Amino acid sequence: MKVFLVLLFGLLSGSLAFADDDHERNEAKGFAVNDNVYLQECGSCHLAYPPQLLDKKSWQVIMQSLDKHFGDNAEMDKALATQISRFLEGNAASSGFSRRSHNSASGRITETSFFRHEHDELSPRHVAQNPEVKSLANCSACHRRAKVGSFRESEIRIPGFGRWDD
Amino acid sequence: MKTQNVLIVIVLMAASGVLTANTVLEERLSTYAKNSGSSFSSQQGKDLWFKEFHDAETGKQRSCTSCHTKDATRGGKHAKTGKAIDPLAPSVNHERFTDAKKIEKWFKRNCKWVMGRECSDQEKGNFLSYLRSL
Ligand code: HEC
Ligand code: HEC
Ligand code: HEC
Repeated sequence: MKVFLVLLFGLLSGSLAFADDDHERNEAKGFAVNDNVYLQECGSCHLAYPPQLLDKKSWQVIMQSLDKHFGDNAEMDKALATQISRFLEGNAASSGFSRRSHNSASGRITETSFFRHEHDELSPRHVAQNPEVKSLANCSACHRRAKVGSFRESEIRIPGFGRWDD
Repeated sequence: MKTQNVLIVIVLMAASGVLTANTVLEERLSTYAKNSGSSFSSQQGKDLWFKEFHDAETGKQRSCTSCHTKDATRGGKHAKTGKAIDPLAPSVNHERFTDAKKIEKWFKRNCKWVMGRECSDQEKGNFLSYLRSL
């Protein structure tokens, strides 16, 4: 039985990995956020992150610990939190993509395998040591049109380094 | 009867139009005054605004000015994310303190973040009196 499960899992993840590349291309386009409540409540301290970049479970982790939110306090009343959870879970990473956008350990988008893969050419001098970026979570420092949900390569400008060509 | 109703509605609408100038701020202040049974001091609000609190976890000092800067008539910057914050002083930003729920939500978060506890009604009244005086 155990062997069967392991086999099944191997098969499934194999087929998912196969589809990944096309998926990334599709998923990386069109991340516009149109929900006003979400924009206002989750966009006041940082960019209102695209809900598609995390899977359902990871969003639940975030929404359950808003009073201890990455060193800040983002608590809100229950009704509002429930409304936002519904929006996030309804727009979370699609099932084919969820394995690569899963991080229920910390809830950070920047630690998911999809994100890491896309950003693996960046070094600390681009980010942590760069006073205008400081953190990878600061998407709009480099993605100039992140606010309208666009993360295209041609729009990337890293402060102090300029255009991104790879 | 019907015209009377219409008239009442018109009067109410006109009144609320004038009142939104900043009734929310006035209403908050009078609620805090009623709850705390005292009046407010913008000087005490100012003192607490600038006061630094030690955060044991990070070992850093925190104050309201960490994000809103020392001059609340100018824009601030979130201490951690760097995101721009519009000025808090209502004299330069008319959208400030126009939504009671929003005010309470941020007082709760920010007081806890800076001082490790919620603010009392007295303290909130002092803060708003200070910010209104700028
Ligand atoms: C009071 C300010 C504040 C509010 C409000 C807030 N956040 Fe955050 N959030 C932060 C801070 C600070 C960080 C850490 C940023 C960093 O590490 O550079 C963060 C980080 C995050 C991250 C992780 C980013 C990464 O590193 O991948 C996610 C996801 C997130 N927030 C989601 C939300 C959601 C969803 C909401 C609304 C329910 C919300 N935030 C509201 C302050 C806030
Ligand atoms: C330090 C600059 C920097 C920061 C900060 C940053 N990115 Fe990126 N991002 C890049 C670079 C460079 C690439 C790689 C582009 C390439 O080579 O295709 C990239 C690629 C991407 C892609 C894939 C784009 C595509 O079309 O292939 C997405 C999606 C993305 N980033 C989202 C984000 C999000 C969301 C955040 C914030 C949580 C973020 N990025 C923060 C620089 C950054
Ligand atoms: C960690 C950053 C941070 C600190 C420190 C901070 N604030 Fe704020 N505060 C914010 C942000 C972000 C907003 C929302 C900004 C917006 O609406 O544009 C805000 C909003 C507010 C509001 C609501 C304004 C409105 O329009 O109704 C009040 C009141 C407030 N802060 C008071 C304080 C007080 C008092 C302190 C000190 C005890 C403080 N803040 C410390 C980040 C901070």
